[in-house]
Amino acid sequence: MKLDAKSPEGPLARKWEKYRGEMKLVNPANKRKYTVLVVGTGLAGSSAAASLAELGYNVKSFCIQDSARRAHSIAAQGGINAAKNYSNDGDSIWRLFYDTIKGGDYRAREANVYRLAQESVNIIDQCVAQGVPFAREYSGELANRSFGGAQVSRTFYARGQTGQQLLLGAYSALMRQADLGHVEMFPRRELLDVVLIGGRARGIITRDLVTGKIERHAGDAVLLCTGGYGRVYFLSTNAMNSNATAIWRAHKRGAFFGNPCYVQIHPTCIPVSGDHQSKLTLMSESLRNDGRVWVPKKKEDLKKHPNEIPEDDRDYFLERKYPSFGNLVPRDVASRNNKEVCDEGRGVGASGRAVYLDFRDVIKRDGVKSIAEKYGNLFQMYEQITGENPYEVPMRIYPAVHYTMGGLWVDYNLMTTVPGLFAMGEANFSDHGANRLGASALMQGLADGYFVIPSTLGNFLGTVGPSKVSTDAPEFKAAEDAVRLGIAKLLKVSEKGKKTVTEFFRELGLVMWEYVGMARSEEGLKRALKTIPALREEFWRNVRIPGTGEEFNKELEMAGRVADFLELGELMAKDALHRKESCGGHFRVESQHPDGEAKRDDANFSYVAAWEWKGENAEHVLHKEELNFENAHPTTRSYK
Amino acid sequence: MSGGMNLNLIVWRQENAGEPGRMMPYKAENISQDMSFLEMLDVVNERLINEGKRPIEFDSDCREGICGACGIVINGQPHGPKRGCTTCQLHMRSFKHGDTIVIEPWRSRAFPVIRDLVVDRASFDRIIQAGGYISAKTGSHADANAILVPKDDSDKAMDAAACIGCGACVAACPNASASLFTSAKISHLALLQQGKAEAKARVTRMIERMDLEGFGNCTNIGECESACPKEISIDMIARMKREYLKAMFAPIPQQKADAAG
Ligand SMILES: Cc1cc2nc3c(=O)[nH]c(=O)nc-3n(C[C@H](O)[C@H](O)[C@H](O)COP(=O)(O)OP(=O)(O)OC[C@H]3O[C@@H](n4cnc5c(N)ncnc54)[C@H](O)[C@@H]3O)c2cc1C
Ligand code: FES
Repeated sequence: MKLDAKSPEGPLARKWEKYRGEMKLVNPANKRKYTVLVVGTGLAGSSAAASLAELGYNVKSFCIQDSARRAHSIAAQGGINAAKNYSNDGDSIWRLFYDTIKGGDYRAREANVYRLAQESVNIIDQCVAQGVPFAREYSGELANRSFGGAQVSRTFYARGQTGQQLLLGAYSALMRQADLGHVEMFPRRELLDVVLIGGRARGIITRDLVTGKIERHAGDAVLLCTGGYGRVYFLSTNAMNSNATAIWRAHKRGAFFGNPCYVQIHPTCIPVSGDHQSKLTLMSESLRNDGRVWVPKKKEDLKKHPNEIPEDDRDYFLERKYPSFGNLVPRDVASRNNKEVCDEGRGVGASGRAVYLDFRDVIKRDGVKSIAEKYGNLFQMYEQITGENPYEVPMRIYPAVHYTMGGLWVDYNLMTTVPGLFAMGEANFSDHGANRLGASALMQGLADGYFVIPSTLGNFLGTVGPSKVSTDAPEFKAAEDAVRLGIAKLLKVSEKGKKTVTEFFRELGLVMWEYVGMARSEEGLKRALKTIPALREEFWRNVRIPGTGEEFNKELEMAGRVADFLELGELMAKDALHRKESCGGHFRVESQHPDGEAKRDDANFSYVAAWEWKGENAEHVLHKEELNFENAHPTTRSYK
Repeated sequence: MSGGMNLNLIVWRQENAGEPGRMMPYKAENISQDMSFLEMLDVVNERLINEGKRPIEFDSDCREGICGACGIVINGQPHGPKRGCTTCQLHMRSFKHGDTIVIEPWRSRAFPVIRDLVVDRASFDRIIQAGGYISAKTGSHADANAILVPKDDSDKAMDAAACIGCGACVAACPNASASLFTSAKISHLALLQQGKAEAKARVTRMIERMDLEGFGNCTNIGECESACPKEISIDMIARMKREYLKAMFAPIPQQKADAAG
């Protein structure tokens, strides 16, 4: 199969307009005849479901949580980018496009990224109209700040709760459509399979998480807006219910998986405090605008209280190595440097796996009050978790898995390699290349849902036309049987199983973090490729799950997700092993410049790796989408 | 890390909405001060599973105080003893060795128990569905800066919009009223220029829905405010009452009443 990205012809800035000018439309009166299944209610899913319902389609909306409003997007803190140039500091659609391509280390598709930058401006208008309470200036106009690696102020925010407010905006649009009877809501449901009829996605199989009932839903298209797969590392900033099950099961039905090894590790998280740790908490990147990162120069000083270490004995290593960007280098660069100083034995805290993020100087300069205004809620959160007061003692931070740039491969229409199956938001691979810029995930989720899919789905449905399928079709029965069998198999193993789901999950996470984490080597990846299948084999022999399938049973839910992570983890290692270059969040120790900076290899790796599933006992097959840079010409990323 | 606390837990166990529930004793051993309350329950659950018993079911997702999924009544207080703090953010340094901790679900007619500490809060979604939104169409709109919102209004709207919909206000209220939750949304939208056009229809419909769901009346007791993990002020309820009175004296335009039906 040849991958066709379906990027429209013509000059970059005209592609999207041309596409919309030429696409097929669905007659308004006919829209009622189509049912769209939208899985996920994060920014991508809520905005898509609301927009499609508004256009007149029948929409069914599914999510795992008890309410659509709790999707993981709610946790985003820092902000959302848009090329409004309200700050008059030289921003433009082109610049946002260029920054995104460069930040992604030249591993994203130009046409998609340009469209994203174009739609970014509409998102803010839409959100304000819905009543999203963005931060404002005294003039009543919207406020902006600069964020992670950008030299312009294009980030819009709502205190430290931007994701929450954007999601509540999209959720309110969704509730409005539910009120009008255009959307039917299915909370506490988990997608367990995608149903294909005649090669096209025509439905899904879900489990009701309260009663355990297995259900069939038919439709004209299926949209997967199910978020990222960072939980494969067990410890991450992702929510407890974040998972890969939806995209992984779609993958096994024929959707190629794009760039699975591209993972973003966020430099500023609260370090692990013990074996009980269930997840990690992010401290917003905005802190790096004012905090200074350091470790002691001398190992002997590690025992000292940080405030007693004199200025001359502190190593502000980011400022030292990157004089022009200093503490504001992109996430991947900051994370790797944090790890390096800890590997040298200069890490602080009880575990030795942390660096200081110090606000002493800025507090001296601007006063406690000004810092409290900017970061009060974050400081409070830090204190709640660690019991330490960051106004007086420097924060301790360490990198943690945060975001997955990889995901289901999609074309310009956001359609996967399965016709009628679309992937949006963090669940697809599309816009961030090998590294995502801060405040760009929220932008992508909402661009996909509010502005892209309403056009591209219409084009698809307008092309295939209406047709009914029944949930009695044999394909539905077969998929439901397979789901039931999967659950029965888990519970059967469990009769003799000795190890809990969490024990397996934690073990997998350690392997992934050690070998498929911040620095990856051929040797380590090969070890992961031995360890993960062995762990998977043990899981299917020895996992212990309480209870039955016909009731509310969180352990059973988790067991299914961990089973999928045990397969996905292997593919991530395989992808990381095949990509011998370093790029963005993917750092291969064999591919670095003499000064330790990542070394990209455009001659051999300027492509998207899209992996095809060939069955339980067969090897994945690699397909390549070559990337052409006609506008943003690859250069070496340098932040020195 | 300082470890080693032993605690006695008394936990509400209930198999499903149909079965009666009861309080059961458990031991939590070797608990570190650095654990969150939910991590402490994770530890207890791992042990129960290893002993072939059913773990204690509870809801949680973000575990950083923003999604509103978690919510447990701890020693009679929703989200436990710390002010402005969700159950997932509560850490075990708030307890000491030998403590007995009573752990129960939210209790309200409008929040039926699903299992153990998990309750059904779908009634909150239905209150929002009854007009807790601005009817802005999805699609293109005027430039965002075409609407100027005074910073003060916008800050106040944000204070209200910070609600995470956890339901602690209902759990804390002797009348099981949902007034703090409902009034927070009404205030958020009433404070913004964009929300004013529909303000009257909104307040009327949302309050009707709240009553229909079986929540009790607000008698200004104020327990909701002290239980709220986002410290949302009871002033919101006063604003809701004012908005409601305004709506009563100015009949709702016919069109809006239709949409309500
Ligand atoms: C702590 C944190 C802070 C962040 N801060 C920022 C920021 O400041 N700026 C920024 O741009 N980005 C930020 N991000 C990234 C950003 O929040 C996410 O990438 C984005 O919100 C993902 O949105 P989504 O709609 O794709 O998926 P999600 O919001 O993750 O939603 C997934 C949805 O899918 C549902 N689902 C999943 N699996 C299934 C299944 N099998 N069956 C049924 N339903 C399913 C879930 O229930 C949920 O409704 C942050 C991320 C984290 C973790
Ligand atoms: S788990 Fe999200 S608020 Fe507690």
